[in-house]
Amino acid sequence: MGGILVRRLVGALPILLIVSLITFGMIHLIPGDPAVAIAGMSATPEQLANIRRDLGLDQPLLSQLWDWYANLLRGDLGRSLLLGQPVVQATMRRLPVTLALSAYALVLTLLIGLVSGIVAALRQNTWIDQVAMVFAMLGISLPSFYLGLLMIIVFAVDLRWLPTGGYIVLTDDPIGWLATSTMPAISLALLLAGLLARITRSTMLEVLRQDYIRTARAKGLPNRTVVVKHALANALIPITTVVGIIVSLLISGSVVVETLFSIPGIGQLLTQAVLNRDYPMVQGGLLITTTLLVLVNIGVDVCYALLDPRVRYDGA
Amino acid sequence: MSLLDVRDLTTSFQTGGGEVTAIENVSFSLEKGEILGIVGESGSGKSVTALAIMGLLPRPPARVLGGSVRFEGQDLLTLSDRSMQRLRGPGIAMVFQEPMTSLNPVFTIGEQIMETIRAHESLSQKDSFARAVEMLEKVGIPAATTRMSDYPHQLSGGQRQRVMLAIALVCRPRLLIADEPTTALDVTIQAQILELLMDLRDEFGMAIIMITHNMGVIAETADRVLVMYAGRVVEQAPVGRLFDHPLHPYTRGLLSCVPTLDQDQDRLIAIPGSLPEPSRRPSGCRFSARCVHAIPACSDVIPPLEIFEQSHAAACIRVGDFA
Repeated sequence: MGGILVRRLVGALPILLIVSLITFGMIHLIPGDPAVAIAGMSATPEQLANIRRDLGLDQPLLSQLWDWYANLLRGDLGRSLLLGQPVVQATMRRLPVTLALSAYALVLTLLIGLVSGIVAALRQNTWIDQVAMVFAMLGISLPSFYLGLLMIIVFAVDLRWLPTGGYIVLTDDPIGWLATSTMPAISLALLLAGLLARITRSTMLEVLRQDYIRTARAKGLPNRTVVVKHALANALIPITTVVGIIVSLLISGSVVVETLFSIPGIGQLLTQAVLNRDYPMVQGGLLITTTLLVLVNIGVDVCYALLDPRVRYDGA
Repeated sequence: MSLLDVRDLTTSFQTGGGEVTAIENVSFSLEKGEILGIVGESGSGKSVTALAIMGLLPRPPARVLGGSVRFEGQDLLTLSDRSMQRLRGPGIAMVFQEPMTSLNPVFTIGEQIMETIRAHESLSQKDSFARAVEMLEKVGIPAATTRMSDYPHQLSGGQRQRVMLAIALVCRPRLLIADEPTTALDVTIQAQILELLMDLRDEFGMAIIMITHNMGVIAETADRVLVMYAGRVVEQAPVGRLFDHPLHPYTRGLLSCVPTLDQDQDRLIAIPGSLPEPSRRPSGCRFSARCVHAIPACSDVIPPLEIFEQSHAAACIRVGDFA
């Protein structure tokens, strides 16, 4: 098991190298002079020279690359032009917010998606199945920002149950965190729960038709054991793939939802950085979130090995 | 009282084109320790009969339309789901055709044997482990203790079928239904598994229903034979009698399909035509369209299964002409 983790981590290194190279190159891919793009057309030559010096753009390309990696290894991704603080520090302050929100949304997605998918499969072609799948389709079809706006109008403006936006840190006030995070988490989760429910349903239906399910019934196992143990243990293998994708979508989805609900997370930070042409911030934020996603994928691979012995022994 | 008594069992399947009957008026009985062979082509209703006895027909689309299945006097068709669960394993167990897919790929074989014990008996973890190891040794898995933690993909097809047998037999069933247990295996492994089945029958004193399309398997194992065609029983006889004096033209066709060493044949003999689809079965005798002895009267009524002599029964109106 540890072998798989180590192998996947080592395998991720080339990916991270390529990603870091692309983020390094980003600033050079800006058409024209990056300094002008950052400072605007009306900047004085001195301002432009300052920016070039700050970002090291006056150095030869190879030495810039050397500095980029040397700094990277020291955990230094430069300084945000807009916030004036180190990129790593700014990102790390916002990251827990996004992670907490994503985790909340993931829990909701798994609960709603798995349960409704399994129930729909067990009650195939009944009204329960049809109701569950209509809701799943609705969830998939509603854009998260639209759903978020609807919820703000109903629950915050009309009913005044929840605040329209803002954020309270989980460790400061758990109830306050729930109040500020629930609508964003639901608007993130509903789409993905719909997706997961449909995948879970079809996977369960497929698994329930397998010969080993018939064997389990022929042994005289109770129906609950047959479904929960024998069927679900197999269905979880393809479902894990989808959950991996869902986690990536949650993190990218936070860009829209955090902006909508004024939540100070990575999504909002990156949106502002892009709008204000804060290149060091965009580069750093991108590198950190990409690394995060690579780690999520490694986590998914490890889950495969935990769930499927055929993967575990494959070359282990 | 017979161990198993099946009377007029009739089942149907819901298909896109409506409801079609899978098996019709299947009747037979089985004594303790007896081996009954059920033989017929693919689609003749052998497996459906077995699954109906086990209560494992997928419902929907399948449905039992009528008849009774009495096991030790109890009608299984009216039994509650819970009681049926308790019976599967210690009462009736089943081995399937596909050893490659019949074991759950994500659990160890030890777990798959032990959970069967746990479902029916209150044994300690240690005792059920010992019992599972003992059973694996009985079915001929070497180094059973270490194999307990193996996963199905680490075993060969023959070994997997042995594990399936261990699962089926670990609760000492009174009746074992073996649905084509050797079809997916190599010929040498087939012989080993059959021999093992016979040994275990002698040791445990259980009855066996051996479902196969292989006349050789029937000749080697069965005490009595049921021949099925298009969902109906067409002939029933003690094994020696069936091979010596087959009555039904279909059985005679089946037996003549088996090549022999003492005759020089260029081509194998085959029954002309093919098994009709359940929705397109001919009226009257189901075999009439393929039968070389068919007369117009064959298409009029479905011939009943009639006993001729020495508990030998056949469903053919022309049997008198052949005997």
